[in-house]
Amino acid sequence: MITVDTYTNANEVSGAFGSDTAIMGGGTLLMGALNYGRQNITKIVRITDPVMKQIADAGDRITIGAGVTMSEVIRSRDLVFLAPVAQSVGGPAIRNMATLGGNLFAGTPYGDFTVALLALDGIVKYANGSEQDLEGFLASRGNRRDLVVSVSVKKPAANEFRYRKVVRVKPMGRSVLSIAARLPTSAGRIANPRVAFGAMGTTPLRAKAVESALDGAALDANGIQAALAAVSKEFQPPDDSLASGWYRNEIAPVYLRRLLLNEGGA
Amino acid sequence: MTKTPLQFTLNGKDTAVFVDGGANLLDVLRRVVGDLSPKYGCGQGTCGTCTVLVDGEPQLSCLTLAESMSGHSLETLNGLATGANLHPLQRTFMESFAAQCGYCTPGMIMAAKALLAKNPNPTREQVIESISGNICRCTGYEPIIDAILQAAVEMRSGRVA
Ligand SMILES: Cc1cc2nc3c(=O)[nH]c(=O)nc-3n(C[C@H](O)[C@H](O)[C@H](O)COP(=O)(O)OP(=O)(O)OC[C@H]3O[C@@H](n4cnc5c(N)ncnc54)[C@H](O)[C@@H]3O)c2cc1C
Ligand code: FES
Ligand code: FES
Repeated sequence: MITVDTYTNANEVSGAFGSDTAIMGGGTLLMGALNYGRQNITKIVRITDPVMKQIADAGDRITIGAGVTMSEVIRSRDLVFLAPVAQSVGGPAIRNMATLGGNLFAGTPYGDFTVALLALDGIVKYANGSEQDLEGFLASRGNRRDLVVSVSVKKPAANEFRYRKVVRVKPMGRSVLSIAARLPTSAGRIANPRVAFGAMGTTPLRAKAVESALDGAALDANGIQAALAAVSKEFQPPDDSLASGWYRNEIAPVYLRRLLLNEGGA
Repeated sequence: MTKTPLQFTLNGKDTAVFVDGGANLLDVLRRVVGDLSPKYGCGQGTCGTCTVLVDGEPQLSCLTLAESMSGHSLETLNGLATGANLHPLQRTFMESFAAQCGYCTPGMIMAAKALLAKNPNPTREQVIESISGNICRCTGYEPIIDAILQAAVEMRSGRVA
């Protein structure tokens, strides 16, 4: 039997649950698992605190509540740079339900929105007020049973942020891979870039070798060569029904080039 | 087993039910309320035949925690016809042969209804996008897309029944 506890104050949730408890985001993954009896859950925690829905602009960063849905991202005037990312998640009904919080926990090849948050130096905030950088969060995902209240990201300057999702069916395909990049420039050179990939590992991952190859390079066909060479060796991508790991490694440089040079084709 | 009271409006009517903890909205609509128009296809979000409108927006009822629906306004396919007068979408689906086995139809029509409420004059691409979460194994989609575009024309020109 399952009980549902509804909290109006997110702060009260911290520590309120054990291994048989699940936090309810939009339910697009959790409810499916429950419908199929795949989870040993006896308690569902629902949070109706408006803080979970807040989008707050704070100078060079912006904080997005974990309960914000993909459709709400698309409608937000403050999150225009993330609208194409949210638009790439599922179909309309999924986007009306799927939250940022749930996306952080989605198993590969899902987690497209998290790929973007990773490229934007995301910082996860828990109900007890503590914070963790998104990379660290993803590395230990699932170990810490706590409510995520929000994620803050760096606001990209105009044209600094790029995102692509490679799918086999359109619209609403699962990722063969997804790529997000923040490419600040200084004196015509890329400076301190972030590049993140989805569906290339068990969680979204930063492409550190690609980032260092791009740092200081010109954003043109010659400048990006070292990054393209680096990307095929960066990950050990999984085999799944969409693509083999080998295939993902083969196409990663193709789509990275298209993303970096703003070329057409997916 | 402890049940939780739940109130919402369904197709404009106040509805009050008792639900099991963790029950999904599709089960509650079909088994408790008795509205059999939303269908069970997959129970995991992939087929879209359970699509209902929550405050005018499409949601997958199989993945919706029933208890989260308290105070909301729900619409299902059952609420579309007025007596013997079919909704333009129901009529154009018949006229365009957009339903073969008909299993996907409730979800298709509800997804289309949400689109046309926001965008009375959609492009073909926008129609395709609006039903991208709905699978049809019979029609090949073209008659469904045509039916939605035709309903849009009729609704714009005011032909109701
Ligand atoms: C048909 C279909 C298509 C999809 N397509 C895509 C896609 O294209 N791209 C993509 O990225 N994903 C996709 N998904 C996966 C999923 O819909 C999204 O990843 C979504 O963002 C998950 O969010 P949710 O709110 O529904 O999560 P839920 O199902 O509510 O939760 C998922 C997990 O996260 C935990 N959780 C949720 N919120 C919090 C929180 N605030 N704090 C701590 N734990 C939390 C839950 O306990 C649960 O374990 C798809 C799913 C379906 C069914
Ligand atoms: S039954 Fe809900 S999406 Fe298939
Ligand atoms: S008409 Fe049979 S599944 Fe669409």
